[in-house]
Amino acid sequence: MWCELCQGNFFDEFQMEGVAADHNEIYLELTPENLSRALKTAQSAKAVKIKLTNKHCPCLKVSVELPSLSSSSRIVTHDIPVRVIPRRLWNDFREPSVPDFDVSIYLPALKTMKSVVERMKNLSHSIVIEANLNGEMNLKIETDLVSVTTHFKNLGNPPWASEDGCQSSAQDRDLESMVEARIDIKKLQQLLAGQQVNPTKALCNIISKRIVHFILLHEDVSLQYFIPALA
Amino acid sequence: GVFRSLPALEKTVERCLVLLRPRASRLVVQLHCKYGITRTHNLAFQECERLQAVFDTQRCASSLCAPARVLAEAVVHFPQTLAEVTLGAGPGGRISLRSYVEDEADLGKAMVTELWLAPDEFQAVAVVPDSRITFCLKEFRGILTFAEASNLPLTIHYDAPGRPAIFTLEDPLMEAHLVLATLLDPESSSQPPAANGISHAPAPSDDFADDLESYMVAMETGSYGEDWGAPPSPTFPLRTPRPIESDPQEEEEEEEGAVPGTPPHKKFRSLFFGSVMTSGGPSPAPSQEVLAEDSDGEC
Repeated sequence: MWCELCQGNFFDEFQMEGVAADHNEIYLELTPENLSRALKTAQSAKAVKIKLTNKHCPCLKVSVELPSLSSSSRIVTHDIPVRVIPRRLWNDFREPSVPDFDVSIYLPALKTMKSVVERMKNLSHSIVIEANLNGEMNLKIETDLVSVTTHFKNLGNPPWASEDGCQSSAQDRDLESMVEARIDIKKLQQLLAGQQVNPTKALCNIISKRIVHFILLHEDVSLQYFIPALA
Repeated sequence: GVFRSLPALEKTVERCLVLLRPRASRLVVQLHCKYGITRTHNLAFQECERLQAVFDTQRCASSLCAPARVLAEAVVHFPQTLAEVTLGAGPGGRISLRSYVEDEADLGKAMVTELWLAPDEFQAVAVVPDSRITFCLKEFRGILTFAEASNLPLTIHYDAPGRPAIFTLEDPLMEAHLVLATLLDPESSSQPPAANGISHAPAPSDDFADDLESYMVAMETGSYGEDWGAPPSPTFPLRTPRPIESDPQEEEEEEEGAVPGTPPHKKFRSLFFGSVMTSGGPSPAPSQEVLAEDSDGEC
């Protein structure tokens, strides 16, 4: 999963100095559950400050100022241990490039997709997502006892500007022919369950039998999920 | 289980009788309900080895008192799985609560949470500057839940690390003391302090008349019998999961000690309730003999 946030939209103050002038970035590895727990404290906070510190070990220090009945606020700090990733490994964490997909299509309403997938989850471990360049998408499951398909029409296909003809495989394709990939249904369900707010744009790119790449755009946040196809 | 559903009980039960049958090792709870229905529960009990520990809140160097709500709001920021927490007296009279990380090795992995409370959030603060104790958070949460439900302020008395911390709640009808072990200062290499005043209670004599009426009278007047009929049972089980709520006596217990088979460090054993009703009512039935006075001498 890849997510990008714009600093200015979330922080009043932001100060950072990367490793070097020409590599003005810091890569940190941490347990998401810790950060999520720390931020839960901050739900009714007056102010939150996040600092990178290095006392015994590198930590992300989340300081939360909470309202209190007394004259001074209550301060809660959470020290979340992090691992600073050395520069030589940074390439492992580059934003994944948009793959050479076969079909790109806008997703149906996420709420609808979520309720369909949740019901399908009870019947099968894997789900097939297929779509074509004619705005049609099907979600299919097949077991010994039952097969269920949900059809979506008129979804629309996003116009990708062709660069060096790298999208040509998509453009040559017959509009009606379906491209499919079978993925783990739980992963899809988790992705859909995690969406709290309707994104401004939601689409997916399918590489036949290889990967399904979801892109969700909110106003100031972009989320990309890559779900590999099952064998 | 008997008192599990409070709303249901409030609707149907008119009176409740609690009676101890020491010879049969049974605690009898009789619920007199509407429409003439009586439900009797015979609960088997096993008497434990009694340790008579002495603790004195007066001897604790530090104490603080706060509404239960303030402390409950503070502990909510710590993860549910955290075992121990350190309470400290900091600069400016502020009080800190900090998650305790057991192993040095865990320092690099575990998230550490620290919270500061201003002195004016407390009703009373009288602490030794820079003092600090570490105790079991789970048990602390337990007594906070009870304190919040009863809407009572909680007082914490503590002394040096290693000496027990005492948490007390009081209201006109009840006094509760929770004694928790605290961790020794890791820098200090001394053994845990010898259990002060731990002694075994003498085997109680068996003249409690298995008499419903006189027991009820005794309960109502606030004087209590000390007689436990059955001989002392074998060693403490390793865990006493439930507080002995209907126990009218005030027995104290301490965690560590030289007693063999002592329960493991850092586990709390019992919650004590003392009835502070004055015994100025009708005289107790002649079969009642008080062997141990209420240590707070409330009368």
